[in-house]
Amino acid sequence: MSESHTTGASAVGEAVTDAVPARSFLEVRDLHVHFPTEDGLVKSVDGLSFRLEKGKTLGIVGESGSGKSVTSLGVMGLHTVGQYGRQKARLSGEIWLDGQELLSADPDTVRRLRGREMAMIFQDPLSALHPYFTIGHQIVEAYRVHHDVDKKAAKKRAVELLDRVGIPQPDQRVNSYPHEFSGGMRQRAMIAMSLVNNPELLIADEPTTALDVTVQAQILDLIRDLQKEFGSAVIIITHDLGVVAELADDILVMYGGRCVEYGTAEQVFYEPQHPYTWGLLGSMPRIDRAQSERLIPVKGSPPSLINIPQGCAFNPRCPYADVPEGGVTRTERPELRDVGEGHLSACHMNQADRHRIWTEEIAPKL
Amino acid sequence: MLTYLIRRLLAVVVMLVVVMLAVFGIFFLIPKWTGVDVATMFAGKQSDAAALDGIRQKLGLDDPIIVQVFDFFKGILVGRDYVSAGDTLHCSAPCFGYSFKTEQAVWPILADRLPVTLGLAVGAAVIWLLIGLAAGVVSALRRGSIWDRAAMGIALSGVSLPIYFTGLLSLAIFSYGLGLVSNEYTPIEESFPEWFSGMILPWLTLAFLFGAMYARLTRATMLEVMGEDYIRTARAKGVREPVVIRKHAMRSTLTPIITLLGVDLGALMGGAILTETTFSLPGLGQAVLKAIGEKDLPLILGVTLITASAVVVANLIVDLLYGVIDPRVRLA
Repeated sequence: MSESHTTGASAVGEAVTDAVPARSFLEVRDLHVHFPTEDGLVKSVDGLSFRLEKGKTLGIVGESGSGKSVTSLGVMGLHTVGQYGRQKARLSGEIWLDGQELLSADPDTVRRLRGREMAMIFQDPLSALHPYFTIGHQIVEAYRVHHDVDKKAAKKRAVELLDRVGIPQPDQRVNSYPHEFSGGMRQRAMIAMSLVNNPELLIADEPTTALDVTVQAQILDLIRDLQKEFGSAVIIITHDLGVVAELADDILVMYGGRCVEYGTAEQVFYEPQHPYTWGLLGSMPRIDRAQSERLIPVKGSPPSLINIPQGCAFNPRCPYADVPEGGVTRTERPELRDVGEGHLSACHMNQADRHRIWTEEIAPKL
Repeated sequence: MLTYLIRRLLAVVVMLVVVMLAVFGIFFLIPKWTGVDVATMFAGKQSDAAALDGIRQKLGLDDPIIVQVFDFFKGILVGRDYVSAGDTLHCSAPCFGYSFKTEQAVWPILADRLPVTLGLAVGAAVIWLLIGLAAGVVSALRRGSIWDRAAMGIALSGVSLPIYFTGLLSLAIFSYGLGLVSNEYTPIEESFPEWFSGMILPWLTLAFLFGAMYARLTRATMLEVMGEDYIRTARAKGVREPVVIRKHAMRSTLTPIITLLGVDLGALMGGAILTETTFSLPGLGQAVLKAIGEKDLPLILGVTLITASAVVVANLIVDLLYGVIDPRVRLA
């Protein structure tokens, strides 16, 4: 917690000053999440900032190990609970939720917010639900932690929500165990559980990754509908650009624990300004693309979060690392810069080069 | 749940029949293989042929094997009569036959000793569960702390030190040295305080060994469970950490503990031979140790049957508890 803040750029594009309450509903400022290990310090998240308003959806995109999930667990305060002295996560920065700073708040205050103000949907509902308790019991528990009601009233609420998320015969299914549900049903139940307290912030961590393709779209539709209905702010974390294309208002692309591109969905999809985003777009299968055309993978593998490459973290994998002169990509870390209308990108290439490469080389192949 | 129960009960009956058949097989085959006539074992080597024939007839050793199996089962279930030269000796159920050495019926001998072993096993189990679970949970939750190191160090000595060392040491200190507790066994119906005083050291000695194993198992299981996704989910719901541990984590941790407990308790019913010998407890273990030395087959068979039945019954209870704890088992 005592780590000094590096006044890096923020995705918000404003100088960050300590202890100024946020104006946005959720505001993350210069978040660092580091894990000391025997091999060295793992910098899972290294200076991340973003904002989110109620009723809006932010998509956080990146490959495995880019820090997406670590960010969401950080917002939920789940890194520091139950660590019992071993491999303690070190967090610094600020997380403002509805005018309250969470990293400096006492743990019980944050616990009270968890599940009530901010709730989370996990990737694999089978392992995220307790196998020994009924679905109803688990939803009732989520409700009664924050509401002083009797079990009967809580169960009624659970049935209501199961009905709302589209589970048939909810009054009977409420007594089922997770293993008696199909994958899609389990995720619906998980969503019902996260919504039981009308949270204002909903974090969905790869909510469709463990599901059948046919069910994925249904779950995404459900999340979208529920967001409209409940008016909550939603963070959707995924490696699948298709998912954010469906849902997100804004997109934050993460690489090596940092934000490399941030903008509205339109900006990021139609005028991406970072070679890594190009890579992600190029590796996305599309039905309208001829079969003879191959996907363009991002070569190499994600960087080690212990030894993040010097300069731009993406430079060893970037096909355009030599475009900027003087090898600056290998010596200097690029800062996030506004490339127009709040669209941010952390790339050393100048605007003209980027524009040329995107329009001439990348876009035609997509 | 009811069909599950019925299915399990049927399985138990089948198991017990198999156990009895196996035990009879040993009784019948071992003498054949070793070339020692059962009648000789019974009567001693100096007996004359007529006496041996009488014994064969009495024990039915010349009957066809089917008849022998039938008599054996009948003896256990409803009792049987031994007939020899006009004499009829009734052996009431459950009849395991007569000791070769003392010519006493086996069952009363065992029935006399069973409460001692039962008291030892159950009392020790209560202690080792309390200590083992508590130490294991604390060690897991405070991994790497001084508590963890101390508990696991003691546990290591618990699994390493033999019963006759810890037992004798405790006797020397607490009974002979300090005179705090009795060093003799008193039946519970004679005097409860005396019984308790005589049992406390055997309990602690046995519980030290088993508690150490349970502490290590609990710690390992708890560490694994605390990393499960559903623990994170409970926290994400805002559940208080003590509740997360007591309710969500403990429930899963108990599953392997209960499995082990069933097997251990069942096996101990065959007699904790070392503990009983160290503390001179007149339990099944002592009886069977003596019987093995004297090749007293009926007594060995009796104890074997009791142990096997105890394991089967303990496993039944474990399975039923599983069904209560883990809903997925009910379907399987």
